[in-house]
Amino acid sequence: MDLDALAGCLASPACLVTQTTSGLIIGMLLFLVAVGLTLIFGVLKVVNFSHGAFYMFGAYFAMTAYQFTGSFALAMLCGAAGTAILGLIFERVFMSRVYGADVLMQLLVCYAFVLIFDDVVRMIWGPEFKSMGMPSAFQVPPLFIVGGVVPPYYLLLIGVALAAAVVLGLGLARSRIGKVIRAAAHNPGMVSALGINTGLIYGGVFALGGMLAGLAGALAAPVRSLTPGMGFSVLIESFIVTVIGGMGSILGALIGALLIGLIRSFGSLGFPLFTEGLMYLFMVIVLVSRPTGLFGKEVA
Amino acid sequence: MTELQAGEGAQAVGIARPRARPRRNRDVLIALIAFIVLAALPMIFSSKLLLDFVIRCAAYGLFATSLNLLVGYTGLISFGHGMFFGLGAYGFGLMMQKTGVPVPVAFVATLAITFVVAAVIGAICVRLKEIYFAFVTLAFQMLIHSTILSWVSLTGGDQGLRGGIPRPPFLGIDLSNHHHLYIAACALLVLGLLLMRQIAQSPFGYTLRMIRDNATRASFVGIDVWRAKLTIFVLAALFASTGGIIMALFVSGAYPEFAYWTISGEGIFINMLGGVTTFLGPMVGTVLLLILNDTVTRLTEYHGIVLGIVILFFAIGLRKGLMDFVVEWAAQRRGKAEERAP
Repeated sequence: MDLDALAGCLASPACLVTQTTSGLIIGMLLFLVAVGLTLIFGVLKVVNFSHGAFYMFGAYFAMTAYQFTGSFALAMLCGAAGTAILGLIFERVFMSRVYGADVLMQLLVCYAFVLIFDDVVRMIWGPEFKSMGMPSAFQVPPLFIVGGVVPPYYLLLIGVALAAAVVLGLGLARSRIGKVIRAAAHNPGMVSALGINTGLIYGGVFALGGMLAGLAGALAAPVRSLTPGMGFSVLIESFIVTVIGGMGSILGALIGALLIGLIRSFGSLGFPLFTEGLMYLFMVIVLVSRPTGLFGKEVA
Repeated sequence: MTELQAGEGAQAVGIARPRARPRRNRDVLIALIAFIVLAALPMIFSSKLLLDFVIRCAAYGLFATSLNLLVGYTGLISFGHGMFFGLGAYGFGLMMQKTGVPVPVAFVATLAITFVVAAVIGAICVRLKEIYFAFVTLAFQMLIHSTILSWVSLTGGDQGLRGGIPRPPFLGIDLSNHHHLYIAACALLVLGLLLMRQIAQSPFGYTLRMIRDNATRASFVGIDVWRAKLTIFVLAALFASTGGIIMALFVSGAYPEFAYWTISGEGIFINMLGGVTTFLGPMVGTVLLLILNDTVTRLTEYHGIVLGIVILFFAIGLRKGLMDFVVEWAAQRRGKAEERAP
């Protein structure tokens, strides 16, 4: 425990800015993963335990695309589109078979794919740590805001994630497709009776969720190291985020992700060894006081 | 849960009480035979590998069967049951290393610690339903795991408890002797299974099944659902902790992996593999998983793929565990035979 370091940081604006931005990028990446998780849960009522694998694939797809084309934008696109297709196939071929079954079956199918996907990555890209490297467009001196260091790439990352949040929120609330998705979450039988292909919606939502996780992975690829199994810690953290925010709530996912990001970045100063523990502790406190999470609706 | 309430629960689902005693005698008999067979095993096969395998089966089997008390009998899908496995291993290891008390004292003390920890964690967890219960137990598991990692001065951090656990002889039993350890593990396994079987077949066990099937109805009949769930949560934790103690004795140490979430994941998988509708399903699952793990790791470095495909086969193909499958198949055959008989 190092409370002096924490107090010292809180007193200095430069450190405050640096830690807040690093908290924000952790939070924003987590948000992208968690919002897919929460969307899939809200509509399909399935807890996608293999969601971390999509994050991992997004990162690896982006790295490979970047190595071949050298274009950062294309790398992001490949990461997102590749995982969207993967999500669609995964949902249609495997997950759709266990919708009626109990939670245990769904968890097991996902658990199986966590194992399989990790090994597939190990086979294709090898077991060692990989790194994509920072694209040359962002290899510029960092910005200094009130003395705090902020790399420009961080701003892009935060911007893209925020844009995704806004598009997703507005899309679900206003657009026709958004309405259909919300209706399917509420009463799939009625939606299907009205002549809408619910299987297509389920597949689409899963693909969208996978795509967001893949985008997060692609965005993280330049700043994190890539390794098989990298999805797992992200998965656990985004579970915490969805549980804190409330399963099925997009706003909850955003708030939860930012809170966890800030806890991680400031917690690593004050409690360097117990940062993980802090998150779990926070989750326990939230769950005990509000069992359905901060923004979760009471389930009947 | 008072005797009266438990009795009411039992009557509500209508079990025939007079049959309880002969069934218990039969269970004790089966347990005795199983123990004698296991104890005689080293005289026939002197392979150390086989004995090691049985000891590991004992540790994981107790853990998985106790998880089935929660998952299969009460409908509580715990994703953090492994924390008690880790707690048992660390509690026992630390007790032996730091205090040097006799083995039985450390054993009882570890169970006492588990009891207290499980009661506190359980009191918080069992109020939550389904998926939230699964996640909050997972969170507690990770909380304990990160405590073990960060409390380096006590637990050795990510290196685990090293330097071996002293195992002084007591009452003529020397647990550092491989054969003695084997017999002790078998005894604990058989005794633990017998006790869990008694819990599952008791009126309280039937109360649990009722809570699983319809908690609202159970509380209407006058059952304190929260208390019944907490009771089984704590009892299951004690057996999981015993499994951890066997593991600590076997490897003569304790490692953070014992408290990691994958242990819980494996426990769920074992239950699934063997089947949750029969009492011995998890035990069968344990043997299957350990054999599978051992052979697959020997054959290929990509054992995740093989294991994953096996899981998919069970989850999507069979849609049930092996023992569920066998029991259903036997019931069908019996049904056909009865049709033909008259």
